[in-house]
Amino acid sequence: MPMMSIAEALRLAIREEMERDPRVFCIGEDIGVTGGFGGAFTVTLGLSEQFGHERVLDTPISEIGLAGAAVGAAMAGMRPIADVQYGDFLFCMMDQLANQAAKMTYMSGGTVSVPMVMRAPVGSTRRGSQHAQSLEAFMCHVPGLKVVAPATAYDAKGLLKAAVRDDNPVIVFEHKLLYGSKGARSEKGALSPVGEVPSEDYIVPIGKGIVRREGSDVTIVGKLLTMYQALAAAETLAQEGISAEVIDPRTLVPLDKELILASVRKTGRLVVAEEDNRTCGWAAEIAAMVAEEAFYYLDAPIARVSSIDTPPPFAPVMEAFYLPSADKIVDAVHKLMGKN
Amino acid sequence: MSGQAQSLLDLYRTMLTIRRFEERANALYMEGKIPSTLHLYIGQEAVATGVCAVLKRTDYVLSTHRPHGHAIAKGVAPRDIMAELYAKVTGCCKGKGGSMHAGDIRVGMPPAVAIVGGNAPIAAGMALACKFQKNGGVAVSFFGDGAANEGAVHEALNMAAIWSLPVVYVCENNLYGASTSFSTVFNIANVADRAPAYGIPGVIVDGNDVEAVREVAIEACARARAGAGPTLIEAKTYRLCGHSRSDPLTYRSKEEEAVWRARDPLVIAAQRLKERGEASDADLARVEAEVKAVIDEAVAFAETSPDPLATDALKHLFVGESA
Ligand SMILES: Cc1ncc(C[n+]2csc(CCOP(=O)(O)OP(=O)(O)O)c2C)c(N)n1
Ligand SMILES: [Mg+2]
Repeated sequence: MPMMSIAEALRLAIREEMERDPRVFCIGEDIGVTGGFGGAFTVTLGLSEQFGHERVLDTPISEIGLAGAAVGAAMAGMRPIADVQYGDFLFCMMDQLANQAAKMTYMSGGTVSVPMVMRAPVGSTRRGSQHAQSLEAFMCHVPGLKVVAPATAYDAKGLLKAAVRDDNPVIVFEHKLLYGSKGARSEKGALSPVGEVPSEDYIVPIGKGIVRREGSDVTIVGKLLTMYQALAAAETLAQEGISAEVIDPRTLVPLDKELILASVRKTGRLVVAEEDNRTCGWAAEIAAMVAEEAFYYLDAPIARVSSIDTPPPFAPVMEAFYLPSADKIVDAVHKLMGKN
Repeated sequence: MSGQAQSLLDLYRTMLTIRRFEERANALYMEGKIPSTLHLYIGQEAVATGVCAVLKRTDYVLSTHRPHGHAIAKGVAPRDIMAELYAKVTGCCKGKGGSMHAGDIRVGMPPAVAIVGGNAPIAAGMALACKFQKNGGVAVSFFGDGAANEGAVHEALNMAAIWSLPVVYVCENNLYGASTSFSTVFNIANVADRAPAYGIPGVIVDGNDVEAVREVAIEACARARAGAGPTLIEAKTYRLCGHSRSDPLTYRSKEEEAVWRARDPLVIAAQRLKERGEASDADLARVEAEVKAVIDEAVAFAETSPDPLATDALKHLFVGESA
């Protein structure tokens, strides 16, 4: 089976979907320019050569326009895969996503559909406050949007394909430090997981999480980069005799609640790790859900490991303080286990 | 660097300071001293320099992801910018901002806005405040050709026009927004052609000629201060470097680059100084040495400055919570 980075797996998914379905097209800034970058993180590199500039459509720097064009094209029978260069610019397009895309089906009594995909890179990579935010919680808060967050190459291909085929608007969060983008456009400190990606057509169903590591003492839920931090933490904890189960929900909306609940019923402890900042965050939602539905199985309070409630700071020392990490997850587990 | 009637040699010194600052920043980036990517201003120095030469310290400048040149021209100390690039606590944003947010409100420049186009309405708002306060102040928004296609820019220009705000919009048309060329995203030849649609003057200027830039800035600022409203200046220029540090520059031709390299704003100014007998080679060498000393000092300051504390991340979320 071919080994691929996430950027390559996403590119393959887009290519296959465009070959399969003439309604699929890409729209975004700097995605198809000849001699260009293939988007900010190389995901669309080479696609305009294969499909032409009409189907790999470079836009002006006009986020409201490009998001709205994706909404409209989707409503009128196309399947756009839109691209925002940095997740932070989702804020620029928020009206089109939150007021328009998310509500069309509902407001029309179920008669209108908006089958669009919006891909958004997130994660803090030493670029300061406006190119670093993790906005998963924001988007999860909007009823009417589906939200996925693939952390492996296999899931990247399968979830993007599922997103394209879904009849609803789907936001795809991708982490900048997980792309494995090659050459000059790779990021310092990237993890770049490479994984097996089947050449044949497959989807990873939206709404299905996965247990990444089995354990019995504590459940750690992480998404994107924090899933890898959770795995690293689990490894450290294992050496101390603590058995951690790591869950990657993969889809954030609709959430695979049962997978998380089943794990917590088994372990009795829960740590949720996210790069979003803490207050009203994604981890808060998972914690609330577990408190509501599995309270009596809990042996300890639920812990959150989140970014702090500030904008992402620039200086590396402050950025490290701001961000979650494997060590911070280990500390959180220690507290739950009564170890210090 | 604001103030009255600067000589061409003064303007040249500012441009050279920007150029040498950017070159040094790039070298330091390559050495791994600067933790972030950089968007350099090399090739566009005449725009910031010519415009800011007309501004008072109390006037406002709003900048972009490419802010070092605007900052230096507006009078932010090069050492404070360099320390910010180094992520040091002595930086102009105390290590919080980084390259893309350089600025110093003490000289009228808030942190640069790295959301493309996002500064245009803010400039209108600052100009609105100047109008309310009747303080004769002007706000200048620098933005790129790419940014000109943001909705926020259209909204701002229209509001500035209907309220006759004391604001000057300076579009630095360097022919590319990242890798996207001007002609692929405009159906018109000039950004300034849009000005009549807002009912304001649109002025096109050679952005590599610092005196020409200053000329149009004088008129635009005078108009703004007189209550006659905004001007849209389009400075035609070129970045003689990559968009950011990871740009292989494979989307534009070597021929095009050569044409513009021959129109280097520093070379144009130096030639003119000599032609007019305003500066000799020796004078230019002296300026070069002065500028080198400024940059050396800036780097030394950045090198020897302390890092912020990790917990400084918690500071400055709200006004007055901590120093
Ligand atoms: C709202 C927004 N969209 C996209 C970007 C990513 N981006 C950063 S710089 C840039 C190009 C800007 O082009 P232009 O306005 O011409 O300025 P230049 O870089 O040429 O100085 C883009 C697309 C951004 N920072 N903000
Ligand atoms: Mg430009």
